[in-house]
Amino acid sequence: MSLDLQISKTQGNFTLEAAFNAPIGVTAVFGRSGAGKTTLINAIAGLSKPDGGHITLNETTLFDSVKRINLPAHKRRMGYVFQDARLFPHLDVTQNLRFGLRHAPVGAAGPSLEEVADLLGLTNLLQRRATDLSGGERQRVALGRALLSRPQMLLMDEPLAALDGPRKERILPYLERLKSGAAGLPILYVSHALDEVARLADHLVILSKGKVAATGSIFDVLADPANVPLLGVRQAGAVLQATVIEHGTDGISTLHVNAGEIELPGVVAPVGTRVRLHVLAQDVILSRKRPKGLSSVNILPVTIKNIRTGDGPGAAISLDAAGDQLLARVTARAVQDLELSKGTHCFAVIKATSIAASSIGR
Amino acid sequence: MTLDAASWDALYLSLLVACTATIVALPIALWVAWLLARGQFRGKSLLSALVHLPLVLPPVVTGYLLLVGFGRAGPIGKFLYDVFGITLAFRWTGAVLAAVIMGFPLMVRAMRLALEAVDPKLEQAAATLGASPTSVFATVTLPLITPGILAGAVMGFAKAIGEFGATITFVANIPGQTQTLPSAIYSFLQVPGGEDRAIALVLWACVIALGAVALSEWLGQRVAKRIRGIEGET
Repeated sequence: MSLDLQISKTQGNFTLEAAFNAPIGVTAVFGRSGAGKTTLINAIAGLSKPDGGHITLNETTLFDSVKRINLPAHKRRMGYVFQDARLFPHLDVTQNLRFGLRHAPVGAAGPSLEEVADLLGLTNLLQRRATDLSGGERQRVALGRALLSRPQMLLMDEPLAALDGPRKERILPYLERLKSGAAGLPILYVSHALDEVARLADHLVILSKGKVAATGSIFDVLADPANVPLLGVRQAGAVLQATVIEHGTDGISTLHVNAGEIELPGVVAPVGTRVRLHVLAQDVILSRKRPKGLSSVNILPVTIKNIRTGDGPGAAISLDAAGDQLLARVTARAVQDLELSKGTHCFAVIKATSIAASSIGR
Repeated sequence: MTLDAASWDALYLSLLVACTATIVALPIALWVAWLLARGQFRGKSLLSALVHLPLVLPPVVTGYLLLVGFGRAGPIGKFLYDVFGITLAFRWTGAVLAAVIMGFPLMVRAMRLALEAVDPKLEQAAATLGASPTSVFATVTLPLITPGILAGAVMGFAKAIGEFGATITFVANIPGQTQTLPSAIYSFLQVPGGEDRAIALVLWACVIALGAVALSEWLGQRVAKRIRGIEGET
């Protein structure tokens, strides 16, 4: 099960030329506005026709310019969750959900309406009019409707972009649960918000000016110093996987990572669960010696893997923390003063409060 | 308000003609409205002009053109008579044709506006959920444009009830056969002392018009309640 594509499309003086593979799990397509994200997702859904190339889902050819194949949208079995939900205003929540179910191919397997309503917390909304819902509720119904059409792949175009901070925070756990509800499906998640991507994605495709600038596992792509300019120096940062060991009475939790233990506030996941930490590169401090008398206790021994100095005064450094990857951003002057180079052993200091609760995901 | 036999005949004929014309014109008008709202083809502006022509032509001219085209000797009329044995000129069916032609632009306009107000994004969403184009039209587009269809139907009905110029030119004013409500009123006013009979019909015309408007209001509200929030969804 995977989506394989290589397409080109020109609109005015913008050209999209993308080629990548999206396996089972969440593949995030990250890019700034105007990078071609929506053009790409609409081409996959069959809502717009590429100029050339091919799109293949599993063994089915959805589009092939050489063989002149262009499957219409309603035959592609793509569950598409739009940024603006697009619920049918003349139907209530149940009818909206059933719309997907009714048009699903006969005999296609998938969760029932009750299961989806339960998964997405819609049970109390079923009788409501689509127009009487809040933004977050609308988006959850849209997710459920897409899931119930028994898709072979899920497409999500910035499903959280229209929501404000707290609402976004409330729907993210549902998206994380969706990964289990849509188990076995490739999910394409288009976003320009790196914190969402870092929480949800397994794979990452960075789209820049219509071209694929980087692609690979979320851990590798986010930890690669070469990608810092694409992500923005303030947003760039690696994803660290940790296991919750205990929750202290003072609100500080202890987590285990390969290189040791770290202490963080604001962790809600129960003891024993694996969580992801999006550690921003600008919040990582490097030290040649193990620092003492520091307010932060999150000090991990690391080895420098790669250093990339950009045009500006900064340098991005990728670090190996006993198998985990970290990214640090320091000044080029500090690189010289500390004599940092590939293979140098040093210590990474992470300020506990710098990891916002929003960048901790399951 | 008592009516004599001739007045009853005229009233009955007008209602029959208006109802038939509305039912016949509705699907065709919807199709043409769809073509004009969504279609991309050469000659679209020509079709639009043709549809709207009866609105700007003097009704008598439209009636005369119908007579030339659909009369027994006219090209279409001859064909209809030779092949199907159908005669339209000077028959009540001809009055239906005149009413259809005259009400058509009003119906198309109301439906076209409703179609243009439907967000194509909703139709796209339905397609990604697996609905075929026909299914999208039946389950998404049609329910959303129902108020426009009703408005168009009422417009067409009202126009058919009131149509005079084209009708009298095409099918004349034969009592009991082609005399509609407006032509009856006109005839009564031509005879001295016929004013009482005319006034009775005028009152009936007012009742029918008010009834049609009230019915459309009521239906419109019911539909709006059912599909409440078309404006709310952006």
